[in-house]
Amino acid sequence: MTVVTAESAVAQAISRIPDPEVPVISIADLGILRAVDVDEQAHTVTVTVTPTYSGCPAMEAIASRIVFEADRQGYAADVRTQLSPAWTTDWMSDEGRAALSRFGIAPPGPAPTGEPSGPVAVTLTRHVVTCPLCGSTDTTEIAHFGSTACKALRRCNACLEPFDEFKAI
Amino acid sequence: MSTMRNESLPGAAENTGAAPGDKPYAGYLLGLADDAMVYAQRLGEWMTNAPQIEEDMALGNIALDLLGQARGLYPYIGSIDGSGRGEDDYAMQRDERDWRNVHLVEQERGDFADEMARLLWFSAYQVELHTALTGSGDDVVAGVAGKALKEVRYHLDHASLWVVRLGDGTEESHRRMQAALDRVLPYVAELFDDDEASVLAVDRGAGVLPSSLHDRVEGRVAAVVAQATLTLPDGSRWRSRGGRSGIHSRPMGYLLAEMQHIARSHPGATW
Repeated sequence: MTVVTAESAVAQAISRIPDPEVPVISIADLGILRAVDVDEQAHTVTVTVTPTYSGCPAMEAIASRIVFEADRQGYAADVRTQLSPAWTTDWMSDEGRAALSRFGIAPPGPAPTGEPSGPVAVTLTRHVVTCPLCGSTDTTEIAHFGSTACKALRRCNACLEPFDEFKAI
Repeated sequence: MSTMRNESLPGAAENTGAAPGDKPYAGYLLGLADDAMVYAQRLGEWMTNAPQIEEDMALGNIALDLLGQARGLYPYIGSIDGSGRGEDDYAMQRDERDWRNVHLVEQERGDFADEMARLLWFSAYQVELHTALTGSGDDVVAGVAGKALKEVRYHLDHASLWVVRLGDGTEESHRRMQAALDRVLPYVAELFDDDEASVLAVDRGAGVLPSSLHDRVEGRVAAVVAQATLTLPDGSRWRSRGGRSGIHSRPMGYLLAEMQHIARSHPGATW
């Protein structure tokens, strides 16, 4: 999980930065903040982040926000992108999952290991997703891809509301 | 594409494979990156043109994943070929003969069935490619592949669902999906050609021999095609070749013109 070397104000401020596309969850709770190394002598901080998806367009906004928050605390930030090990939704914290659910986004289930069920599965619904609005498990996938790379679109057959599902990867 | 600092990619300093000025290895990596970059551009054309708004987003998201793959490689390639070029230099400042992508990804998008046929083949190829490259001795390549593998499995799933839905759908959708498979096939073989750059990349323990992927990729596609009640066309009168050495087909110049003209008309512009 995220390594925060010191309980310093700058590390705290950085870990609280909200994800720009899903602002109810912080980058620490999302699991994309991999390390914050604070150098108290030099007043610098080295921050390692990993993208949710290879082309995630929020990475630039996140990097500039980290630089901004560090600067407010009097530190110069060096933001590094790390691809390996690849991010998995299993790194999302319980607080983060609860926050997503309150916001109306179904949190991800356990990440699939290896191949999904064979080369083709024709049914659209292959796993149980609970409606974050009414709690019913009778939900259907509407679209494979949602408003951002990390989400799919579903519909609840009980309360009939559409909702986003954070895809498990 | 320009503001993110990618010079701190993992392994860029400590990777085992590459020495600066290593053009053949850079050429191999360019093949991987250019396939992703050019196909991202083609898929992006579906935004506002797909049959449903959900499909606009799906193909846009797949394009974004592929763009990310290319971005993960370009700055690294710049450190290997000795040029020090960044991602924008590779994407926006190269002429047609300098691109190393296969013809499959540069073809015009055609109708939606054509795109699903192409996406089926390309994503099945990428699943096998990235599965193999996660074991690359080059840490950067292995890192990009490990990240991409999760994504391209989902792309393959998406294409498979559509090919089955259209093939096993109405008489008209079946006819058009079959025609699309037939049209795409002549461009598939090129993915599996072993050129000199790939052989050298394999020798250094960093790359994968394209021909070694063929049977597994075809197996994946054949399973989907069978379930879709379609027929995998056998052979063809001709096949594409030349992309990996910079020889491209007619649509490539138009694609580059559209992709590059803003960057080239306003050199050095920032926003």
